[in-house]
Amino acid sequence: MYSQGLIGADSSSEETPEFLAEFQKRIDREEKIEPNDPMPSGYRKTLVRQIGQHAHSEIVGMLPEGNWITRAPTLRRKIALLAKVQDEGGHGLYLYSAAETLGVSRKQMTEELLSGKAKYSSIFNYPTPTWADMGAIGWLVDGAAIMNQIPLCRCSYGPYARAMVRVCKEESFHQRQGYEIMISLAHGSPEQKEMAQDALNRWWWPSIMMFGPHDSDSTNSDQSMAWKIKRFSNDELRQKFIDATIPQAEYLGLTVPDPDLKWNPEKNDGKGGYDFGAIDWDEFWTVVKGGGKMNVDRITARQKAWDDGEWVRDAALAHAKKQTAKKASATLAAE
Amino acid sequence: MGNDVLFETLLRLADNHLILGHRLSEWCGHAPMLEEDLAMPNIALDLIGQSRALYAYAAEIENQGRSEDDLAFLRLEKDYHNILMVERPNGDFGHTMLRQFLFSSFMVLFWERAQNSTDKVLSGIAGKAFKESQYHVRHTAEWIIRLGDGTEESHKRMTAATAALAPYIGELFEADAVDQSAISAGIIPRASDLRGAWETQVRSVYAEATLEPILDHQAQTGGRIGQHTEDMGFLLAQLQYVQRTYPNMTW
Ligand SMILES: [Fe+2]
Ligand SMILES: [Fe+2]
Ligand SMILES: [Fe+2]
Repeated sequence: MYSQGLIGADSSSEETPEFLAEFQKRIDREEKIEPNDPMPSGYRKTLVRQIGQHAHSEIVGMLPEGNWITRAPTLRRKIALLAKVQDEGGHGLYLYSAAETLGVSRKQMTEELLSGKAKYSSIFNYPTPTWADMGAIGWLVDGAAIMNQIPLCRCSYGPYARAMVRVCKEESFHQRQGYEIMISLAHGSPEQKEMAQDALNRWWWPSIMMFGPHDSDSTNSDQSMAWKIKRFSNDELRQKFIDATIPQAEYLGLTVPDPDLKWNPEKNDGKGGYDFGAIDWDEFWTVVKGGGKMNVDRITARQKAWDDGEWVRDAALAHAKKQTAKKASATLAAE
Repeated sequence: MGNDVLFETLLRLADNHLILGHRLSEWCGHAPMLEEDLAMPNIALDLIGQSRALYAYAAEIENQGRSEDDLAFLRLEKDYHNILMVERPNGDFGHTMLRQFLFSSFMVLFWERAQNSTDKVLSGIAGKAFKESQYHVRHTAEWIIRLGDGTEESHKRMTAATAALAPYIGELFEADAVDQSAISAGIIPRASDLRGAWETQVRSVYAEATLEPILDHQAQTGGRIGQHTEDMGFLLAQLQYVQRTYPNMTW
């Protein structure tokens, strides 16, 4: 899954103009920045924040779909869903590792998630009341994630870019798997079709919001674009996603819940594209700020896993220390 | 031996693997660390995958038009014939690891010998399952050792898990008339023949974990004939939810 447009990054740097200009030249030459390279503090802070948010999104994103693992309707679906949710955990792991190359620890990031200091994609604060949500999330949420993440495969920061290459392959598999669930529902019984339409109704707008605020309201975008952390603006990516997704909805025979949706042949430099209705940004900010249906439950679940697991982590550490001590004394005795 | 013995044998094996895989999958997203959020689903995927192969074959043997999913999702509680150990609630992470260790240590030996089954399909399933369960034993044994040896608290918790699971060990080695027929026909190994090797393995891991094993506890039994603990109904309520709520649909 993915993080939405970055929220609340501080990209200010204290370095000399010469240093910043030199760094910018490397970026402009499309050189990859590696962990030990000199980099502006703002670049580092932006990446820590963005990769952290992305990692947290993968981890919190396990919960809404995890909600259906024990209730998946067939063995095939159960296996596929479990494997998908497991993949998201794997994405979290690559991303925490990428963030660690910038000098933050996983523990520190986890604590920031639990305290509310670090954000995660607010799409995961919506509930998954029906099986069709497993289809809609794969199709739309993983679909939007791919739009966002494919350009990140060319991100200027090497470890993040490389993590994204692995992640994107799996995300497109998730997207197809979700869409395939939608096909079987949309072509199924009237109840199943209704379930599919209901899921589309609930996930459409939150998915559109995943790309973040409009470019005109997006404060950090310019610097991120200059540093080639970001390659396309929020609105460009959103438009691409809508244009790619509408034909898929049509194939399903489902109705996208936007009465203002209309083909516009002038759009995208005359290639055509869809006009769409106004996005309810009040809802977006309400959910980002903690007012979504599941915000509290998501963090409570993560907190519980963290607290319940403490004795396990402590024991693993204690055992490892004892082993090291044993080895050391064995070596000593042998000398 | 009739097909009903083979069918029942496959069903019991399939139920053990589905129910334990289901239990393990409950952890997904809630593990003590991210690495275990990957490792537990790995094991659960193997178990559910094995159950799927077994149900598919059972459905074919039964030849009554039932599918793998009909068998997995649409039976009454009393018709699930898994041993009780696998339906026990997860408890804490240590309890879950110990349950898996005890079960997988048995299954490694079982699958190893079942590779020579007179039933060619089952011997094929055994080949893959043998390799998979070796990993399950390795992974869980490491945890038993870490947690038994780790801290005072972890040791205490593992001691409690040992006691809690002790009554469910005996059932692993039982054989009723159905099992006897399957054993005589060379379809499956005799479980009681595996007990010595199983105990050796388990004792060595317990010793390294500084834990006191309880292996001779009075056994709770009945799973094979559908006499379950109270937790089973709730497990099935989730497992069967969609299939029961929306009957006769394709998913
Ligand atoms: Fe995904
Ligand atoms: Fe992901
Ligand atoms: Fe992602």
